[in-house]
Amino acid sequence: MNPSAPSSPTRPFWPPLVAGLALGLVLLLTFVLTGHGLGATGFFTRLAAWSGGVVAFDSTYDNPYLGPLLDDGKPLASWITWQVLGVALGALAASWSAGRFKVRLDGIHRTRRLSRGLMAFGGGALAGFGARVAAGCTSGVGLSGSATLAVAGFVFLGAFFAAGLLASRLVKGGPQ
Amino acid sequence: MMPFNDVGLASGLLCGFLFGYVLENAGFGSPCKLTAQFRLSDWSVFKVMFTAIVVTAVGLYLLRVAGVLAPDSVYVPPAFLGAVAIGGAFIGAGFAVGGYCPGTSVVGMFSGRVDGLLFSLGLVAGTWVFAGAFDAVEGWTTAGDSAAGDTLPLALGLPEWLILAVLVAAAVAIFIVGGRIEQRFNGPLDADASMRD
Repeated sequence: MNPSAPSSPTRPFWPPLVAGLALGLVLLLTFVLTGHGLGATGFFTRLAAWSGGVVAFDSTYDNPYLGPLLDDGKPLASWITWQVLGVALGALAASWSAGRFKVRLDGIHRTRRLSRGLMAFGGGALAGFGARVAAGCTSGVGLSGSATLAVAGFVFLGAFFAAGLLASRLVKGGPQ
Repeated sequence: MMPFNDVGLASGLLCGFLFGYVLENAGFGSPCKLTAQFRLSDWSVFKVMFTAIVVTAVGLYLLRVAGVLAPDSVYVPPAFLGAVAIGGAFIGAGFAVGGYCPGTSVVGMFSGRVDGLLFSLGLVAGTWVFAGAFDAVEGWTTAGDSAAGDTLPLALGLPEWLILAVLVAAAVAIFIVGGRIEQRFNGPLDADASMRD
């Protein structure tokens, strides 16, 4: 035995075929239960409306995009919020039970901590902006949309991967 | 008749829990594994997404053919092809730079990653920027409306089973080609490597 090995062994990831079959069945279940697919950014839009309402109510309420979400006074009360809460719990259960939960700033192999932190935030901002233009994200339009054979889903995936390939070559310091 | 159109708390928690559980087990909490797809050294993102798309698409087709799922009853995103191309490009660039997409940042955060939390805060900031510039960018959200129809069978005028067969073939090709390219690098990132500092 290697004495420097961690006491709680890390369980391997599922093979991509197994993970893909499982993800497809979960997505199919979601369509059958709800009539729509899985998502994520619907929640972040509601979180932006809610937090905007807390910090600057008047300007958020007057905003033509976020204002309508504040109308009923409960911008977070929506199926997508419960679903993202479920994602958090599911990810926690999976990482914890497999010995893969560890608090850290990840992806700093060739990057300094500050740079990685700023790029994580900046990348999130780009994605948050883009998700509002596309009315969805990788989960909502790319995965769920393509699964309904939506043209929008496949065009989204094409643009997403083209821009990702390009950006990962042009921008140094991404996570690796 | 399906779907049940249940958008309550329990249905959200259940679907979300399974989604998060599968994504973490696929390794998609790791920004290094996720962005390795764009460096072409790890094809797990393509493999998992394409397999899932095929399974769901075939499943929806079979349920409809069997008469248990009502036709035209599941949500199909509209074919605003310019909007999804612009938005998809922003999300792809943000993914390469920041290490996540919106859903996987939640998975990263709840496997302990501070950068996942920062990415999520960035998502909220990006949404504020969009909302602040809404008058200027509203036109982008409906850009490139395709009149040809929202789904591939409608837009291409081809039967659904043929589209599904092509997608299955594409998924098989991704596994073969991706597997070969992965081996030219050091193979896909495994769980042990994802835990190293």
